[in-house]
Amino acid sequence: MIYILCLILFFIGLYGIFCKKNLIKIVLGFIIMENAVNLFLILLGYKNNGIAPIMTKSMRLDEFLARSVDPLPQALVLTSIVIGLAVTALMVAVAIRIYERFGTFDITEIKRLKG
Amino acid sequence: MVHVIIYILIIFMLLAALVALEAKNLLSSVVSIGAVGFMLSVVFLLLRAPDIAIIQVIIEILTLVILIRATIAVDVHLVKNIRQFFPFAICMVLLLLLFMFASKAMDLLPEFGNYLSEVAPHYLANGLKETGSANIVTSVILDYRAYDTLGEATVLFTAILGAVVLLRRKAKND
Repeated sequence: MIYILCLILFFIGLYGIFCKKNLIKIVLGFIIMENAVNLFLILLGYKNNGIAPIMTKSMRLDEFLARSVDPLPQALVLTSIVIGLAVTALMVAVAIRIYERFGTFDITEIKRLKG
Repeated sequence: MVHVIIYILIIFMLLAALVALEAKNLLSSVVSIGAVGFMLSVVFLLLRAPDIAIIQVIIEILTLVILIRATIAVDVHLVKNIRQFFPFAICMVLLLLLFMFASKAMDLLPEFGNYLSEVAPHYLANGLKETGSANIVTSVILDYRAYDTLGEATVLFTAILGAVVLLRRKAKND
């Protein structure tokens, strides 16, 4: 059930990319999709009544093994979030250049002005 | 209890995402995207991922700064939203089909709250001993999978280089 909610978030982003004409809205659709995928990976690594994968002095190893959530998706999602920021910055840079050239964010207008 | 809070936050994220895509004013849609990101960071915190929650807050603030820079400098030029019916209908049907197939695939996943990863116990058991880091996420990023982090730094550098080149004030032969 919770995976389905995550999937709906992903499809809202996909809808934004397919059906919107404003370039900034398309970038926002990308950001929503990115957030949905990151959320999905973290949800997969969750454990009921889990604790964060950080060792403390008072904790015994077997208890830590039994209760900690999966550290691997967390490490990889950390990477993917940072890359997402860089990709967003690149997309926004392209959008700003297109606006300066054509004076609009509307992708149908931009097609008309080509050539 | 935690599950209920996570459900409620995700539903609010869905609403904020819809508002962001459908709002008339670009600035208000950017603010709604900020709402999505910050709620996502709270969800990460509830899912016991504090490192990611911190990173998500920072990244969300930077994203908002970048997006507001893109939208506030331009005069608010409303894009006319007259949809042609047929392309829109085809698009919606395709999305619906894709959604049905994808939700079938979701049934194959393990139930929420029981992960199946087999490498995780190894990292958890030997992380402190082998790398000396109490935070296992750090030991995965900076020791077990350090090449991934190197690749990430490369991608980051390339993308930022592209953005800087695109946004230069004076090109040589403009």
